[in-house]
Amino acid sequence: MLSIEKKLELMNFATRIRIEALKAIGVVGFGHVGGTLSICEAVAVLYGVVMRVDPGNPGWKDRDYLVFSKGHTGPALYAALAIRGFFPMDDLKTMNTSGTHLPSHCDRTKTPGIDMSTGSLGQGGSCAAGIALGHKINQSKNRVYAVLGDGECDEGQVWEMALFANHHKLDNLMIFIDYNHQQIDGFTDQICDLGNLDEKFEAFGWYAQSVNGHNVEDIYDAVQKALIHKGNPSVIILNTIKGKGVSFWEANLFNHNISVTPELLKKALEELESQLKIN
Amino acid sequence: MDVNIAHENTFEKISLREVYVNSLIEIAEKNDKVVAVDADLMLSLGMKPFIDKFPQRAINAGVQEANMIGVAAGLSLLGFVPYAHTFACFASRRVCDQIFISCSYAKLNVRIIGSDPGITATLNGGTHMTFEDIGIMRTIPNVTILEPTDSTMLRDLVSQTADLYGVFYMRLIRKVDVKKVYEDGSHFTIGKAVQLREGRDITIIATGYCVGDSIEAANQLEEKGISAKLLNIFTIKPIDREAIIAAAEETGAIITVENHNIINGLGSAVAEVLSECAPTWLERIGARDEFGEVGQIEYLKERYGLTPNKIVAAAERMLSNKKNRNNPKFDPRSHS
Repeated sequence: MLSIEKKLELMNFATRIRIEALKAIGVVGFGHVGGTLSICEAVAVLYGVVMRVDPGNPGWKDRDYLVFSKGHTGPALYAALAIRGFFPMDDLKTMNTSGTHLPSHCDRTKTPGIDMSTGSLGQGGSCAAGIALGHKINQSKNRVYAVLGDGECDEGQVWEMALFANHHKLDNLMIFIDYNHQQIDGFTDQICDLGNLDEKFEAFGWYAQSVNGHNVEDIYDAVQKALIHKGNPSVIILNTIKGKGVSFWEANLFNHNISVTPELLKKALEELESQLKIN
Repeated sequence: MDVNIAHENTFEKISLREVYVNSLIEIAEKNDKVVAVDADLMLSLGMKPFIDKFPQRAINAGVQEANMIGVAAGLSLLGFVPYAHTFACFASRRVCDQIFISCSYAKLNVRIIGSDPGITATLNGGTHMTFEDIGIMRTIPNVTILEPTDSTMLRDLVSQTADLYGVFYMRLIRKVDVKKVYEDGSHFTIGKAVQLREGRDITIIATGYCVGDSIEAANQLEEKGISAKLLNIFTIKPIDREAIIAAAEETGAIITVENHNIINGLGSAVAEVLSECAPTWLERIGARDEFGEVGQIEYLKERYGLTPNKIVAAAERMLSNKKNRNNPKFDPRSHS
C-alpha cells in the first residue's frame, strides 16, 4: 500500500513528467504527444518507487532494466530520467534538435538511463525477454520491465515473445501495455481489434492484470502482486486515455504525432500545472 | 594471418556443420558467456552435442526468427556472446529489421549464422536458396560479413568472433561437401584477402563455396598458359580494398565468383572498389537477378554458372578483350 504522501508524490511526478515532456516537444513544435501523455503514471510509478536504479551510475549492474518498446514516446521517459537526475533538466530543451542525445525514439547509445534502442514496434519485448533470460542464466535478482503500446500489439513478434517468455518461465519480466485504444489511423477496435488483452495474455500463460493506467495506487498494487507471482511472466494492461491530462488533446482522436504550437503549449501547461497537488 | 594452403584440393572428410558445432563447443568451454540461440533448426545443425553439454546455454526459440534475434540482442546486453542460427534465408530476409534495429543500431554484440546459403540449399529449393543475404547485410551499417571457405577457416572464424564485439553475419555451408583449401591450424585476418596463388594475366576473386572450383579453374588456366592470380575474399564487409586495387594494377582484369546474386554481393563490392579507385575490366560470375530452384548440387552449379569451366571461359574471353582493347573498332559489349 502506498502512503498518502507517496501517492501524492507519484501523482505529481506523473504531472511533472507531462509538463516537462510537453515543454521538450514544444521546442521543435512537433512530437508524439498522445502516447507520451498516456504512459506518465506508469513511468512515475516505475521510476518513483519500483525500479532499482542509480541516476549517478546508469550502468549499475544490479539495476533493474527497462525496455521502452513504444520508443516513440521517449519524451515521457526522458522527462522522468531528467527529473530523477540521470542528466540535467536543461538537456530536455535539446530534444530532437540537431546533435541531441535525446532523439525522438529511444537510443541506448545516446541517452544515460536508456537500456535499449527501440522505435521499430514489436522488437522491444523480445529484447526484454532476452535480458530476463540472461538474468535467469546468471541467477541474478535483477528485474526487467518493458512498456509496449497497444497498437504495437498488432505486431506478430509481440506474440512470439509472449510464447517464448512463458515457455522460459521468465517471472523476472513484467510488461506494461498502454491500452489507450488509439493508434495512428484511429481507434484500435476499428483498425485491428485487440479485444481483451489480459485474456489473450492469460491464454499465453501469463499472469495478467488490468488496471486504471492513470491511477498510481492501482498500478503500484498490481506491480506488487506481479512481483510476488512466481513461475510466469507478468503483464499489466494499463487502461489509459491517449493525450491524458490535456482536455483538448484528449478530445482529439488523431493526437499521435502532432504540432505543438507555443499557444497550444501554453494552454496545455496551464491545465497541467493546475493538476499539481499540494503535499 | 598465418595461412598454409592445402596441396591437394580434396573434399573435407566431415561436414562443416559438425566443424561448426565442435568449434562452438570449444569456445563455450573457454567462455561461459557463449550461448547458442536457434529457431527450431538446432537438430538440423547437429547441435545435440552442444545441447547435451550446455543445456542452459542452448536456447531454442521455436519457429520465431524475429523474436530469436531480439532475445539474442537482449542476452548480449548482459554480456552474453550469442550465436544465433537459422537458415540463411530466414537469418537475413525475415529478420532484416530486427538485425538492423535491435542489434546493429543498438550497437550490441550478436553473431548471426545463416546456413545453407545459395545453391547449398539444394533440395529445399527456391524458397530457401538465398542469393540475397549478403546484399541485405551489406546495407546494414557495421555488420561484418564472413563467408568461411572450409573447415580450417570456419573453426578459426568461430573462435575469433567469440572474442570480438559487434554484429557478425556468417554464411555456413551445412551439409554439402566442400573442398579443403587450408591446412589445419591456419589463422586468418578478418578483413584481409588470402592470396591462394600468384598470377600475371588475370585475377580470380572467389568466396565461400566457389573457392574450391576457382582453384580448379586456375589450374586449368595454367595448363592453357594463362597465369591467374587467385584471391579468397572471405570478409565481404569490410572488404579488402588494398588487395583488390593491387590485383587490378597487377593483372588488369578481374573475375569474381560467388554463390550469391551478382547484385550486391562480392561482385558488386569489388566493382565499387574498382570503379572508385582502379577502373579495371571486371566480369562477375554468380546468380543473375534470379531465384533459386530445387536440384542436386552438381545440377545447380551448372544452372548458376558456378563451375571451373565457366570461370575458365570467362577468363579466356576477358583476356581476348584485353588484347583487343586498344583497337579503336573494338566493342567490349559484343564480347560479353
